[in-house]
Amino acid sequence: MNHIYIARSSAVAARPLGDEMVIMSALDSTLFTLSDVAAVLWQAADGRTPLDEIVRQRVCTAYSVDAETALRDAEEFVRALAEHGILLVASQPIPSPSPTQDGTAASAAGDRR
Amino acid sequence: MSLMEEIIRKGLALGIPLTAHVDLTYRCNERCEHCYLDHDDKGEMSFEEISRLLGELADAGVFFLTLSGGEPMLRRDFFDIVARARALLFNVKVKTNAVLVRTAEAQRLRALGVEQMQVSVYSHRPEVHDAVTKLPGSLHRTIEGIRALRAAGLKVAVANVMMRSNLADRQGVAAMARELGATYSADPTVTPMMDGDRSVLNLRIPGSELSGLFQDKELVGDPEAFCAPPPPVGNGERNALPCSAGHSSCYISPYGDVFPCVQFPLPSGNVRKQKFLEIWHHSPQLQEVRSIRTGDLPVCSSCAHLGTCTRCPGLAWTEGNMRGPSSADCEKSFYRTGIPSANMLARGLVTFPNGTAEAALAAFPAPAHRRVSLVQIAPLPQAVA
Repeated sequence: MNHIYIARSSAVAARPLGDEMVIMSALDSTLFTLSDVAAVLWQAADGRTPLDEIVRQRVCTAYSVDAETALRDAEEFVRALAEHGILLVASQPIPSPSPTQDGTAASAAGDRR
Repeated sequence: MSLMEEIIRKGLALGIPLTAHVDLTYRCNERCEHCYLDHDDKGEMSFEEISRLLGELADAGVFFLTLSGGEPMLRRDFFDIVARARALLFNVKVKTNAVLVRTAEAQRLRALGVEQMQVSVYSHRPEVHDAVTKLPGSLHRTIEGIRALRAAGLKVAVANVMMRSNLADRQGVAAMARELGATYSADPTVTPMMDGDRSVLNLRIPGSELSGLFQDKELVGDPEAFCAPPPPVGNGERNALPCSAGHSSCYISPYGDVFPCVQFPLPSGNVRKQKFLEIWHHSPQLQEVRSIRTGDLPVCSSCAHLGTCTRCPGLAWTEGNMRGPSSADCEKSFYRTGIPSANMLARGLVTFPNGTAEAALAAFPAPAHRRVSLVQIAPLPQAVA
Protein backbone atom coordinates (compact mmCIF):
# COMPACT_ATOMS: atom_id res chain seq x y z
CA MET A 1 0.00 0.00 0.00
CA ASN A 2 1.26 3.47 -0.88
CA HIS A 3 1.24 5.73 2.10
CA ILE A 4 0.52 9.47 2.08
CA TYR A 5 2.41 11.68 4.52
CA ILE A 6 1.20 15.13 5.49
CA ALA A 7 2.94 18.01 7.23
CA ARG A 8 1.82 21.48 8.17
CA SER A 9 3.35 24.15 5.93
CA SER A 10 5.52 26.68 7.74
CA ALA A 11 3.91 29.47 5.69
CA VAL A 12 0.61 29.42 7.53
CA ALA A 13 -0.91 30.92 10.61
CA ALA A 14 -3.29 28.86 12.70
CA ARG A 15 -5.25 29.19 15.89
CA PRO A 16 -8.09 27.28 17.54
CA LEU A 17 -11.30 29.31 17.75
CA GLY A 18 -13.95 27.53 19.75
CA ASP A 19 -14.55 24.18 18.09
CA GLU A 20 -12.86 25.25 14.85
CA MET A 21 -9.35 25.96 13.67
CA VAL A 22 -8.67 29.21 11.82
CA ILE A 23 -5.90 28.99 9.23
CA MET A 24 -4.46 31.60 6.92
CA SER A 25 -1.90 31.08 4.21
CA ALA A 26 0.90 33.65 4.24
CA LEU A 27 1.42 32.93 0.55
CA ASP A 28 -1.93 34.13 -0.74
CA SER A 29 -3.75 35.32 2.42
CA THR A 30 -6.45 32.72 1.91
CA LEU A 31 -8.45 32.23 5.08
CA PHE A 32 -9.94 28.88 6.12
CA THR A 33 -11.78 27.50 9.06
CA LEU A 34 -11.43 23.79 9.72
CA SER A 35 -14.12 21.73 11.36
CA ASP A 36 -13.22 19.66 14.39
CA VAL A 37 -12.55 16.56 12.23
CA ALA A 38 -10.41 18.51 9.79
CA ALA A 39 -8.59 20.12 12.72
CA VAL A 40 -7.71 16.64 14.00
CA LEU A 41 -5.99 15.89 10.70
CA TRP A 42 -4.22 19.26 10.76
CA GLN A 43 -2.98 18.74 14.31
CA ALA A 44 -1.75 15.25 13.49
CA ALA A 45 0.10 16.30 10.33
CA ASP A 46 3.60 15.68 11.66
CA GLY A 47 5.16 14.52 8.40
CA ARG A 48 5.97 11.11 9.91
CA THR A 49 2.64 9.41 10.51
CA PRO A 50 0.94 8.04 7.37
CA LEU A 51 -2.48 9.53 6.66
CA ASP A 52 -4.25 6.17 6.84
CA GLU A 53 -2.83 5.65 10.33
CA ILE A 54 -3.94 9.15 11.41
CA VAL A 55 -7.42 8.45 10.12
CA ARG A 56 -7.56 5.05 11.82
CA GLN A 57 -6.18 6.21 15.16
CA ARG A 58 -7.50 9.76 15.46
CA VAL A 59 -10.65 9.98 13.34
CA CYS A 60 -12.30 6.56 13.35
CA THR A 61 -11.89 6.20 17.11
CA ALA A 62 -13.48 9.57 17.81
CA TYR A 63 -16.19 9.68 15.16
CA SER A 64 -18.58 7.01 13.97
CA VAL A 65 -17.32 6.62 10.43
CA ASP A 66 -15.90 3.62 8.59
CA ALA A 67 -12.20 3.67 7.78
CA GLU A 68 -12.61 3.48 4.01
CA THR A 69 -14.97 6.46 3.79
CA ALA A 70 -12.94 8.45 6.28
CA LEU A 71 -9.70 7.86 4.37
CA ARG A 72 -11.28 8.82 1.06
CA ASP A 73 -12.61 12.06 2.57
CA ALA A 74 -9.29 12.72 4.27
CA GLU A 75 -7.33 12.31 1.03
CA GLU A 76 -9.65 14.74 -0.71
CA PHE A 77 -9.29 17.19 2.15
CA VAL A 78 -5.50 17.12 2.33
CA ARG A 79 -5.16 17.54 -1.44
CA ALA A 80 -7.42 20.61 -1.30
CA LEU A 81 -5.32 22.12 1.48
CA ALA A 82 -2.13 21.25 -0.37
CA GLU A 83 -3.35 23.23 -3.38
CA HIS A 84 -3.44 26.31 -1.15
CA GLY A 85 -0.06 25.58 0.40
CA ILE A 86 -1.61 24.85 3.79
CA LEU A 87 -0.42 21.24 3.98
CA LEU A 88 2.54 19.50 2.43
CA VAL A 89 1.71 16.10 0.94
CA ALA A 90 4.27 13.49 -0.07
CA SER A 91 4.66 9.77 -0.60
CA GLN A 92 7.66 9.74 1.77
CA PRO A 93 8.02 11.05 5.34
CA ILE A 94 8.49 14.84 5.36
CA PRO A 95 11.38 16.25 7.44
CA SER A 96 10.54 18.72 10.19
CA PRO A 97 11.43 22.40 9.74
CA SER A 98 14.86 23.34 11.01
CA PRO A 99 15.17 24.21 14.72
CA THR A 100 15.97 27.83 13.80
CA GLN A 101 12.44 28.23 12.42
CA ASP A 102 13.81 30.27 9.55
CA GLY A 103 11.63 28.46 7.09
CA THR A 104 14.45 27.01 5.03
CA ALA A 105 13.73 23.35 5.69
CA ALA A 106 10.01 23.82 5.29
CA SER A 107 10.55 25.47 1.93
CA ALA A 108 12.57 22.49 0.81
CA ALA A 109 9.80 20.18 1.98
CA GLY A 110 7.35 22.32 0.07
CA ASP A 111 9.03 21.30 -3.18
CA ARG A 112 7.64 17.84 -2.63
CA ARG A 113 4.09 18.90 -3.27
CA MET B 1 -21.34 37.46 5.97
CA SER B 2 -17.75 36.89 4.89
CA LEU B 3 -15.57 34.29 6.56
CA MET B 4 -13.54 37.06 8.20
CA GLU B 5 -16.70 38.65 9.60
CA GLU B 6 -17.81 35.26 10.85
CA ILE B 7 -14.49 34.71 12.60
CA ILE B 8 -14.66 38.16 14.21
CA ARG B 9 -18.24 37.53 15.32
CA LYS B 10 -17.27 34.23 16.85
CA GLY B 11 -14.22 35.74 18.55
CA LEU B 12 -16.36 38.47 20.06
CA ALA B 13 -18.91 35.96 21.29
CA LEU B 14 -16.15 33.91 22.94
CA GLY B 15 -14.36 36.97 24.39
CA ILE B 16 -11.18 36.14 22.51
CA PRO B 17 -8.65 38.85 21.59
CA LEU B 18 -8.20 37.88 17.96
CA THR B 19 -5.91 40.82 17.22
CA ALA B 20 -2.94 42.20 19.14
CA HIS B 21 -0.63 45.05 18.23
CA VAL B 22 2.73 44.85 20.01
CA ASP B 23 5.22 47.69 19.78
CA LEU B 24 8.67 46.16 20.20
CA THR B 25 10.39 49.51 20.76
CA TYR B 26 9.66 53.21 20.68
CA ARG B 27 13.14 53.89 19.37
CA CYS B 28 13.21 55.00 15.75
CA ASN B 29 15.64 55.98 13.05
CA GLU B 30 13.19 58.62 11.82
CA ARG B 31 11.70 61.59 13.66
CA CYS B 32 8.37 62.02 11.91
CA GLU B 33 6.77 65.35 12.65
CA HIS B 34 3.40 63.81 13.53
CA CYS B 35 4.65 60.88 15.62
CA TYR B 36 2.89 60.40 18.96
CA LEU B 37 5.77 58.56 20.65
CA ASP B 38 8.61 59.46 23.01
CA HIS B 39 11.55 57.70 21.33
CA ASP B 40 13.73 57.32 24.42
CA ASP B 41 14.07 53.76 25.69
CA LYS B 42 12.37 53.65 29.11
CA GLY B 43 13.10 49.96 29.67
CA GLU B 44 11.90 47.80 26.80
CA MET B 45 10.85 44.22 27.40
CA SER B 46 13.69 41.76 26.89
CA PHE B 47 13.52 38.95 24.36
CA GLU B 48 12.61 36.56 27.17
CA GLU B 49 9.76 38.82 28.30
CA ILE B 50 8.45 39.24 24.75
CA SER B 51 8.79 35.52 24.13
CA ARG B 52 6.74 34.79 27.25
CA LEU B 53 4.18 37.42 26.23
CA LEU B 54 3.81 35.89 22.77
CA GLY B 55 3.15 32.53 24.37
CA GLU B 56 0.46 34.09 26.56
CA LEU B 57 -1.10 35.82 23.55
CA ALA B 58 -1.18 32.54 21.64
CA ASP B 59 -2.81 30.81 24.60
CA ALA B 60 -5.37 33.64 24.75
CA GLY B 61 -6.33 32.97 21.13
CA VAL B 62 -4.63 35.92 19.40
CA PHE B 63 -4.37 35.12 15.69
CA PHE B 64 -3.52 38.43 14.00
CA LEU B 65 -0.30 39.86 15.44
CA THR B 66 1.09 43.23 14.38
CA LEU B 67 4.71 43.94 15.34
CA SER B 68 5.49 47.60 15.21
CA GLY B 69 7.27 50.48 16.91
CA GLY B 70 9.05 52.94 16.74
CA GLU B 71 11.05 51.11 14.14
CA PRO B 72 10.86 47.44 15.18
CA MET B 73 13.85 46.44 13.06
CA LEU B 74 16.12 48.52 15.30
CA ARG B 75 15.94 45.71 17.84
CA ARG B 76 18.89 43.37 17.49
CA ASP B 77 16.60 40.46 18.34
CA PHE B 78 13.91 41.49 15.83
CA PHE B 79 14.23 38.38 13.68
CA ASP B 80 14.33 36.14 16.76
CA ILE B 81 11.04 37.73 17.88
CA VAL B 82 9.48 37.22 14.45
CA ALA B 83 10.71 33.63 14.43
CA ARG B 84 9.20 33.05 17.87
CA ALA B 85 5.91 34.58 16.72
CA ARG B 86 5.81 32.43 13.61
CA ALA B 87 6.72 29.32 15.57
CA LEU B 88 3.59 30.06 17.61
CA LEU B 89 1.67 30.23 14.32
CA PHE B 90 0.58 33.87 14.53
CA ASN B 91 -0.45 35.65 11.37
CA VAL B 92 2.30 38.30 11.49
CA LYS B 93 2.20 41.76 10.01
CA VAL B 94 5.15 44.11 10.49
CA LYS B 95 4.86 47.88 10.41
CA THR B 96 8.14 49.49 9.42
CA ASN B 97 9.70 52.34 7.49
CA ALA B 98 11.77 49.72 5.58
CA VAL B 99 14.88 51.86 5.86
CA LEU B 100 16.79 48.87 7.25
CA VAL B 101 15.42 46.36 4.76
CA ARG B 102 17.69 45.04 2.05
CA THR B 103 17.71 41.76 0.14
CA ALA B 104 18.92 39.59 3.03
CA GLU B 105 16.38 41.01 5.49
CA ALA B 106 13.57 40.71 2.98
CA GLN B 107 14.37 37.10 2.17
CA ARG B 108 14.56 36.25 5.85
CA LEU B 109 11.14 37.81 6.50
CA ARG B 110 9.72 35.88 3.58
CA ALA B 111 11.23 32.62 4.82
CA LEU B 112 9.71 33.21 8.22
CA GLY B 113 6.25 33.46 6.68
CA VAL B 114 5.41 37.08 7.51
CA GLU B 115 2.06 37.74 5.89
CA GLN B 116 2.40 41.44 5.17
CA MET B 117 4.79 44.36 5.56
CA GLN B 118 3.19 47.76 6.05
CA VAL B 119 5.52 50.57 5.09
CA SER B 120 4.96 54.25 5.87
CA VAL B 121 5.41 56.62 2.94
CA TYR B 122 4.47 60.30 3.07
CA SER B 123 5.28 61.48 -0.43
CA HIS B 124 6.77 60.37 -3.72
CA ARG B 125 8.99 63.46 -3.55
CA PRO B 126 12.12 63.19 -1.39
CA GLU B 127 11.93 66.82 -0.29
CA VAL B 128 8.46 66.25 1.16
CA HIS B 129 8.88 62.73 2.56
CA ASP B 130 12.29 63.46 4.11
CA ALA B 131 10.96 66.69 5.61
CA VAL B 132 8.27 64.66 7.41
CA THR B 133 10.68 61.96 8.62
CA LYS B 134 13.56 64.39 9.29
CA LEU B 135 15.92 61.69 7.96
CA PRO B 136 17.75 62.81 4.81
CA GLY B 137 17.64 60.15 2.11
CA SER B 138 14.86 58.25 3.86
CA LEU B 139 12.50 58.07 0.85
CA HIS B 140 15.22 56.57 -1.32
CA ARG B 141 16.06 53.98 1.35
CA THR B 142 12.40 53.18 1.96
CA ILE B 143 11.77 52.62 -1.74
CA GLU B 144 14.82 50.35 -1.94
CA GLY B 145 13.43 48.44 1.03
CA ILE B 146 10.03 48.03 -0.62
CA ARG B 147 11.67 46.80 -3.82
CA ALA B 148 13.63 44.21 -1.82
CA LEU B 149 10.48 43.06 -0.02
CA ARG B 150 8.58 42.72 -3.27
CA ALA B 151 11.48 40.92 -4.94
CA ALA B 152 11.43 38.43 -2.06
CA GLY B 153 7.74 37.83 -2.72
CA LEU B 154 6.31 39.64 0.28
CA LYS B 155 3.06 41.56 0.23
CA VAL B 156 3.66 45.26 0.91
CA ALA B 157 1.05 47.79 1.93
CA VAL B 158 2.06 51.42 1.58
CA ALA B 159 0.42 53.45 4.34
CA ASN B 160 0.16 57.17 3.75
CA VAL B 161 -0.70 59.42 6.68
CA MET B 162 -2.10 62.54 5.11
CA MET B 163 -1.31 65.88 6.72
CA ARG B 164 -1.20 69.50 5.69
CA SER B 165 2.37 69.11 4.49
CA ASN B 166 1.82 66.16 2.14
CA LEU B 167 -1.86 66.26 1.22
CA ALA B 168 -1.12 67.32 -2.34
CA ASP B 169 1.07 64.25 -2.92
CA ARG B 170 -1.39 61.46 -2.23
CA GLN B 171 -1.94 60.59 -5.88
CA GLY B 172 1.81 60.53 -6.42
CA VAL B 173 2.23 58.10 -3.52
CA ALA B 174 -0.60 55.93 -4.84
CA ALA B 175 1.00 55.81 -8.29
CA MET B 176 4.36 54.97 -6.75
CA ALA B 177 2.78 52.16 -4.73
CA ARG B 178 1.25 50.73 -7.89
CA GLU B 179 4.60 50.87 -9.65
CA LEU B 180 6.21 49.03 -6.74
CA GLY B 181 3.51 46.35 -6.70
CA ALA B 182 2.22 47.43 -3.31
CA THR B 183 -1.27 48.18 -2.11
CA TYR B 184 -2.04 51.72 -0.99
CA SER B 185 -4.07 53.17 1.82
CA ALA B 186 -4.35 56.71 3.08
CA ASP B 187 -5.49 57.97 6.45
CA PRO B 188 -5.94 61.57 7.60
CA THR B 189 -5.79 60.59 11.29
CA VAL B 190 -3.15 62.31 13.41
CA THR B 191 -3.30 61.30 17.07
CA PRO B 192 -2.20 63.18 20.20
CA MET B 193 1.12 62.24 21.79
CA MET B 194 0.98 59.34 24.25
CA ASP B 195 1.77 61.85 27.03
CA GLY B 196 -1.30 63.91 26.14
CA ASP B 197 0.48 66.67 24.18
CA ARG B 198 -1.93 67.74 21.47
CA SER B 199 0.31 70.16 19.58
CA VAL B 200 0.80 67.63 16.76
CA LEU B 201 -2.89 67.96 15.93
CA ASN B 202 -2.00 71.21 14.18
CA LEU B 203 -0.62 69.01 11.41
CA ARG B 204 -4.06 67.58 10.65
CA ILE B 205 -5.67 68.38 7.35
CA PRO B 206 -8.12 71.25 7.81
CA GLY B 207 -11.66 69.91 7.90
CA SER B 208 -12.56 72.01 4.88
CA GLU B 209 -10.05 70.01 2.79
CA LEU B 210 -11.74 66.71 3.63
CA SER B 211 -14.66 67.26 1.22
CA GLY B 212 -12.32 67.11 -1.77
CA LEU B 213 -10.55 64.10 -0.32
CA PHE B 214 -13.82 62.22 -0.01
CA GLN B 215 -14.47 62.71 -3.72
CA ASP B 216 -11.26 60.83 -4.63
CA LYS B 217 -12.33 57.52 -6.19
CA GLU B 218 -8.97 55.94 -5.44
CA LEU B 219 -9.47 56.54 -1.73
CA VAL B 220 -13.17 55.95 -1.23
CA GLY B 221 -14.33 53.83 -4.17
CA ASP B 222 -17.72 55.22 -5.15
CA PRO B 223 -17.84 58.82 -3.88
CA GLU B 224 -21.61 59.01 -4.27
CA ALA B 225 -22.15 55.98 -2.06
CA PHE B 226 -19.38 56.98 0.35
CA CYS B 227 -20.82 60.45 0.82
CA ALA B 228 -24.47 59.40 0.94
CA PRO B 229 -26.59 60.65 3.82
CA PRO B 230 -26.62 58.14 6.67
CA PRO B 231 -29.57 55.74 6.77
CA PRO B 232 -32.01 56.04 9.68
CA VAL B 233 -30.61 54.80 12.97
CA GLY B 234 -32.25 51.66 14.35
CA ASN B 235 -31.85 49.39 17.35
CA GLY B 236 -29.09 47.48 15.61
CA GLU B 237 -26.94 50.59 15.48
CA ARG B 238 -27.79 51.55 19.08
CA ASN B 239 -26.77 48.13 20.40
CA ALA B 240 -23.58 48.00 18.36
CA LEU B 241 -20.08 48.09 19.83
CA PRO B 242 -18.31 51.44 19.36
CA CYS B 243 -15.29 49.59 17.87
CA SER B 244 -13.22 46.45 18.36
CA ALA B 245 -10.76 48.08 20.81
CA GLY B 246 -10.79 46.11 24.05
CA HIS B 247 -13.38 43.70 22.65
CA SER B 248 -11.42 41.64 20.16
CA SER B 249 -8.19 43.62 19.94
CA CYS B 250 -5.62 45.24 22.17
CA TYR B 251 -2.30 47.05 22.17
CA ILE B 252 0.84 46.32 24.22
CA SER B 253 3.67 48.82 24.56
CA PRO B 254 7.42 47.98 24.62
CA TYR B 255 7.20 48.36 28.41
CA GLY B 256 4.45 45.77 28.79
CA ASP B 257 1.59 48.22 29.28
CA VAL B 258 -1.73 46.97 27.94
CA PHE B 259 -4.19 49.37 26.32
CA PRO B 260 -7.45 48.79 24.41
CA CYS B 261 -5.79 50.09 21.23
CA VAL B 262 -2.72 51.98 20.07
CA GLN B 263 -5.05 54.97 19.59
CA PHE B 264 -6.73 54.44 22.98
CA PRO B 265 -3.99 55.04 25.59
CA LEU B 266 -6.08 54.01 28.61
CA PRO B 267 -3.68 52.08 30.88
CA SER B 268 -5.33 48.73 31.61
CA GLY B 269 -2.54 46.62 33.12
CA ASN B 270 1.05 45.51 32.60
CA VAL B 271 2.19 42.09 31.47
CA ARG B 272 5.31 42.37 33.61
CA LYS B 273 3.08 42.31 36.69
CA GLN B 274 0.16 40.14 35.56
CA LYS B 275 -0.58 37.41 33.07
CA PHE B 276 -2.05 38.79 29.87
CA LEU B 277 -5.26 36.78 30.23
CA GLU B 278 -5.81 38.11 33.77
CA ILE B 279 -5.62 41.64 32.38
CA TRP B 280 -7.78 40.80 29.37
CA HIS B 281 -10.55 39.26 31.46
CA HIS B 282 -10.39 41.28 34.68
CA SER B 283 -8.99 44.75 34.01
CA PRO B 284 -11.59 47.27 35.28
CA GLN B 285 -10.61 49.59 32.44
CA LEU B 286 -11.22 46.99 29.75
CA GLN B 287 -14.45 45.95 31.43
CA GLU B 288 -15.63 49.55 31.36
CA VAL B 289 -14.73 49.85 27.67
CA ARG B 290 -16.66 46.64 26.99
CA SER B 291 -19.73 47.84 28.86
CA ILE B 292 -20.40 50.66 26.37
CA ARG B 293 -22.80 50.38 23.46
CA THR B 294 -23.26 53.17 20.94
CA GLY B 295 -26.75 53.80 22.30
CA ASP B 296 -25.15 54.69 25.67
CA LEU B 297 -23.12 57.57 24.26
CA PRO B 298 -24.65 60.76 25.68
CA VAL B 299 -24.17 62.99 22.61
CA CYS B 300 -23.49 60.56 19.78
CA SER B 301 -26.55 58.38 20.48
CA SER B 302 -28.74 61.20 19.19
CA CYS B 303 -26.58 61.81 16.10
CA ALA B 304 -27.75 61.05 12.58
CA HIS B 305 -24.32 59.56 11.91
CA LEU B 306 -24.50 56.99 14.73
CA GLY B 307 -24.59 54.00 12.40
CA THR B 308 -21.95 55.14 9.93
CA CYS B 309 -19.55 57.35 11.89
CA THR B 310 -15.93 56.25 12.25
CA ARG B 311 -15.97 57.57 15.84
CA CYS B 312 -12.82 56.49 17.65
CA PRO B 313 -13.39 55.92 21.37
CA GLY B 314 -9.67 56.33 21.94
CA LEU B 315 -9.62 59.79 20.39
CA ALA B 316 -12.76 60.58 22.42
CA TRP B 317 -10.89 59.48 25.55
CA THR B 318 -8.00 61.77 24.72
CA GLU B 319 -10.56 64.58 24.49
CA GLY B 320 -11.61 63.78 28.06
CA ASN B 321 -14.45 61.23 27.85
CA MET B 322 -14.45 57.76 26.28
CA ARG B 323 -18.24 58.08 25.97
CA GLY B 324 -17.98 61.48 24.31
CA PRO B 325 -17.62 62.46 20.68
CA SER B 326 -14.37 62.20 18.75
CA SER B 327 -14.22 65.64 17.18
CA ALA B 328 -12.01 64.59 14.28
CA ASP B 329 -14.58 61.96 13.33
CA CYS B 330 -17.42 64.50 13.68
CA GLU B 331 -15.60 66.57 11.10
CA LYS B 332 -15.13 63.57 8.83
CA SER B 333 -18.82 62.69 9.04
CA PHE B 334 -19.81 66.26 8.29
CA TYR B 335 -17.44 66.80 5.38
CA ARG B 336 -18.31 63.38 3.99
CA THR B 337 -22.07 63.91 3.98
CA GLY B 338 -22.70 67.61 4.53
CA ILE B 339 -24.81 66.81 7.57
CA PRO B 340 -23.66 68.35 10.87
CA SER B 341 -23.11 65.95 13.76
CA ALA B 342 -25.06 66.14 17.01
CA ASN B 343 -21.85 67.28 18.70
CA MET B 344 -21.51 70.22 16.30
CA LEU B 345 -25.14 71.20 16.77
CA ALA B 346 -24.95 70.84 20.58
CA ARG B 347 -21.91 73.11 20.72
CA GLY B 348 -23.64 75.74 18.61
CA LEU B 349 -20.89 75.56 16.02
CA VAL B 350 -23.20 75.36 13.04
CA THR B 351 -24.68 78.27 11.15
CA PHE B 352 -26.77 78.25 8.01
CA PRO B 353 -25.92 81.32 5.97
CA ASN B 354 -28.65 80.68 3.42
CA GLY B 355 -31.50 79.85 5.76
CA THR B 356 -32.42 77.35 8.41
CA ALA B 357 -31.14 73.91 9.16
CA GLU B 358 -34.27 72.54 7.57
CA ALA B 359 -33.56 74.48 4.37
CA ALA B 360 -30.03 73.14 4.27
CA LEU B 361 -31.11 69.57 4.90
CA ALA B 362 -33.88 69.95 2.31
CA ALA B 363 -31.14 70.23 -0.28
CA PHE B 364 -30.98 66.42 -0.42
CA PRO B 365 -30.22 64.66 -2.65
CA ALA B 366 -27.72 67.33 -3.63
CA PRO B 367 -24.15 66.01 -3.72
CA ALA B 368 -22.33 66.11 -0.41
CA HIS B 369 -20.02 68.95 -1.40
CA ARG B 370 -23.12 71.00 -2.29
CA ARG B 371 -24.70 70.22 1.08
CA VAL B 372 -21.47 71.19 2.82
CA SER B 373 -21.60 74.57 1.11
CA LEU B 374 -24.98 75.24 2.74
CA VAL B 375 -23.56 74.98 6.23
CA GLN B 376 -20.78 76.80 7.99
CA ILE B 377 -19.09 75.35 11.02
CA ALA B 378 -16.62 76.79 13.46
CA PRO B 379 -13.55 74.66 14.19
CA LEU B 380 -14.34 72.04 16.81
CA PRO B 381 -12.54 72.78 20.09
CA GLN B 382 -10.73 69.66 21.29
CA ALA B 383 -10.40 69.55 25.06
CA VAL B 384 -7.18 68.29 26.59
CA ALA B 385 -7.59 64.99 28.38
